[in-house]
Amino acid sequence: MRLQYPPNVRIIEVPCSGKVDIIHLLMAFEHGADGVIVVGCMEGDCHYMAGNLYAKKRVQRVKEILDRVGLGGERVGMYNLSSGMGGRFAEIVREMTSKIMELGPSPIRIATGTAARAAGEVAA
Amino acid sequence: MIKAKPKPLEEIIDHVKDFNKLLIAGCDGCVTVCEAGGLKEAKILAAALRLYFTQGGKQAQVDDTSLTRQCEKEYLAQLSDRIDNYDAVVSLACGCGIQYLAEMYDKKIVLPGVDTCFLGVNEERGLYSERCQACGRCILAETGGICPIARCSKRMLNGPCGGSAGGKCEVSKDIPCGWELIYNRLKTLGQLDRFERPCEPKDWTTSRDGGPRTIIREDLRI
Repeated sequence: MRLQYPPNVRIIEVPCSGKVDIIHLLMAFEHGADGVIVVGCMEGDCHYMAGNLYAKKRVQRVKEILDRVGLGGERVGMYNLSSGMGGRFAEIVREMTSKIMELGPSPIRIATGTAARAAGEVAA
Repeated sequence: MIKAKPKPLEEIIDHVKDFNKLLIAGCDGCVTVCEAGGLKEAKILAAALRLYFTQGGKQAQVDDTSLTRQCEKEYLAQLSDRIDNYDAVVSLACGCGIQYLAEMYDKKIVLPGVDTCFLGVNEERGLYSERCQACGRCILAETGGICPIARCSKRMLNGPCGGSAGGKCEVSKDIPCGWELIYNRLKTLGQLDRFERPCEPKDWTTSRDGGPRTIIREDLRI
């Protein structure tokens, strides 16, 4: 399909979005990610029954934590896509990247003086 | 098992915001089962606090660990060589573990990271409910295996009060009437005649009315 999406995104593959835990998302922010999205299968289509539903709840919990520690919950998001929705994936990454660019670098990167790199790095 | 729930992050932050070196100490016992204070929760809290301190421009050290049980000295001793490195410890154990940690390291500030709630069961993941109030004198043999002390809001001993309606307690429609449960269970067991023998007034000195309690088992002590 040769779809284009921003190159400042690091993709981390996991066997199921249910593998993504709260601590993984928090560690991404500790390591300087400006935003993180979790992309799981469509709800009801999880091969492991409820992995994407667990992921959804964990992302919600991370949003609450980020709000409380001063990073802002809008820096993390959850999307549900099928493997045939490459076009939508590229669109989501573009949307999330521009949203993070608007928000600016993570307060962690500003505080640690590593925000000189291009803002808007998004891990997906 | 003892059931607890995590304290709100704001409350923990308020307690620890002035410290520079913190240890988050989880417990591998009861609080791990109800996912309130095990190693995973300790790591999450430590990461959240590190983010809080870092975004505020403060260089703070927040480490995490988990002990097999915080209600035993032998396991608490595992912290003896490192606890002096920290300004304070946030314990994610139940109230017993937090107190025993504070008792063993009496010069260290020990803070609670969970609210300890009750002795209960895992109905399902994320749903825990009370079953025992540790009154010190079990009467389950008389009540079909359902405890009126824990399951009846008024701790009635001889049948339901007038607030029982449709199998629910007047305190909340979400609480089943303990005595309705007992009646149905005794009926199933063919033991409804138990209702013809009134319970004697309960001796509450074995409960909290007798002050803080101790069990002394001479057969076990050396």
